[in-house]
Amino acid sequence: MTSPAMPFRGSYTSREQMAAYEFNWLAIVLIPLVAIFVQAFFTAKLRWLSILDLPMMVVIFFAVARRNPISGCVTGAIIGLMQDALGGPAHPIGMYGITDTIIGYMASSLGVKIDVDNPGTRFLIVYIFYAIHEAVYFGVGRGLLRQPLVWSWSHVAIAALANAVVGVFLFRFLDRFRQR
Amino acid sequence: METLLGRYKNLIVLAAILFAQIIALAVQVRRPTQEGEIRLVRVWAIGAVTPFEKAVVHTQQWFREKWVGYVYLRNVNTENQQLREQIERMKLEQTRLSEDAKMARRIQTLLAFKEQYIDQTVAAQVIGTSGNEQSRVLYIDKGANDGLKPDMAVITPTGIVGKIVQVSASSAQVLPINDQTSGVGAALRDSRLQGILKGTPNGTTTLQYIMSDEPVKPGERVITSGGDRIFPKGLLVGTVASVEPGKDLFLNIRVIPSARLDRLEEVLVVTKIEEKFPDTKELGPIRASDILSERLPGLPTPPEANAAGSAAAATRGATAPAGQASAPAGVTTRPATGAGLTQQNPNAMTRPATPPGTTAPKPNTIEAAQPATGTTPPRVKPSPSAGTTTGTTPLTTPVQKPSVRTAPDTETTPEQTTPDTKPQQTSPPNAPPTTPPNPGDTPPQ
Repeated sequence: MTSPAMPFRGSYTSREQMAAYEFNWLAIVLIPLVAIFVQAFFTAKLRWLSILDLPMMVVIFFAVARRNPISGCVTGAIIGLMQDALGGPAHPIGMYGITDTIIGYMASSLGVKIDVDNPGTRFLIVYIFYAIHEAVYFGVGRGLLRQPLVWSWSHVAIAALANAVVGVFLFRFLDRFRQR
Repeated sequence: METLLGRYKNLIVLAAILFAQIIALAVQVRRPTQEGEIRLVRVWAIGAVTPFEKAVVHTQQWFREKWVGYVYLRNVNTENQQLREQIERMKLEQTRLSEDAKMARRIQTLLAFKEQYIDQTVAAQVIGTSGNEQSRVLYIDKGANDGLKPDMAVITPTGIVGKIVQVSASSAQVLPINDQTSGVGAALRDSRLQGILKGTPNGTTTLQYIMSDEPVKPGERVITSGGDRIFPKGLLVGTVASVEPGKDLFLNIRVIPSARLDRLEEVLVVTKIEEKFPDTKELGPIRASDILSERLPGLPTPPEANAAGSAAAATRGATAPAGQASAPAGVTTRPATGAGLTQQNPNAMTRPATPPGTTAPKPNTIEAAQPATGTTPPRVKPSPSAGTTTGTTPLTTPVQKPSVRTAPDTETTPEQTTPDTKPQQTSPPNAPPTTPPNPGDTPPQ
């Protein structure tokens, strides 16, 4: 919270909390790869785990921790394109790329304005961004590619809840890799 | 200008990245990949992920084998005993089935039916998926180095899985039948109605293009029709779960796949399918009378005649010499020895005949991948006494009348359709009966 002496700069985050974090380059490369690997590997054993979107959570985490919209965009684009590349031939490359780029940009822009270290805030961020993620994906699929996608409010709500719960714990784990 | 660029730098970068990706999407829509072609970015992504997946799967398998093979041996003796008993039961069953298979092969040879044999398969392990809900593709640990190519069928012992869509050097991508972009030529096993099995966005499978006035019941088996030129005909696909009226005069048939697509571990890739005539070298000579007896419809025996015949035959059977069977009146007695179709198989006396061109046995069920075993048409299980032809055993067995809508490659003429009941007449139809006919019997035509 801003102290009364300090002028309000349009942010609800203290100067301490506004500090952007950096990451070891190894963590930057390996964390997204591991997230994509886990996502691809475990859904082969338990199909229902595909309700979780670990790569998207990683995009949000990096975006809010670095608080840099450009790096958020680039990280989102790279991770999203990796996800697209693992999809089948009927899954065009760029659907997740576009979606995660937008999510990365929005999350990093939001990270500048609010305290994103609070578990409650993290829960809400992941919940809302998952819903946005699904909406953008649906829009790209139906609007640009005329794919037969089906929108289900209940599915999005439940999946967003599951992602938000997992996201809180995942962010907590990933905090260990942050460097000032 | 510099201030403007600096001020909107973030937005400009965002717009540039999005624009580039939209252009990439447009290019892909405009110029889809050709058969067997794979985009470079996919090769990179697969190359980055699959080695780890392979390593984990193989390590996991190694530990599991060691655990199950050397440590966790509880109840192994009991299990061995049960398996031995099961083998004995299956040996008996196999003897019976092999006779049926021989007969089917003979008939198919005579009718110049070519069979599709699964000649070669490659076992592979499922190592991963696409990881998202929209695409249900799987990755297996075998690729071009193992002889895999696009459009090869992927199966399990319980049912079909899908087809290979993209192949890299050491891994391959499988499009399962429940993916929304998948389509498989399928047919209902009993009614022989053909449709297309398609996946849905939520991962279920539906059989489409079956007219709404067709009688389809839940529980009916669905098999491959062979029309897609990927899956050999007759492989098990799944079971009809529900039937509802759909749009445009077609039924909405939901099918539960036989293979557990959500928990696949090992699969078989069919790398070679051979189309050839059934091998009848070891089946012995074929008599014209045997063929005639299989192809010509017989005469139903009236129930009262059966009863009378049974009573008479009971008397006769008591005095019949060993090895020679007696039969109810109206049905010719056959010799117990000699080369012939049914003489090799005593159970054939109660088997419903399968006229050629109607419900010919499908050799390509997965169990029939080994040509020796083969499969049999649905039939009535013989009673213990069915193997003998004593007078008390009726020789006429009700036959389930198959639909005239048959498989596309088997043309059915009205003469070839199965009558409701058919005596298993194995001697030439014009042969004089060796036993005097009962008054109620219809004379042979």
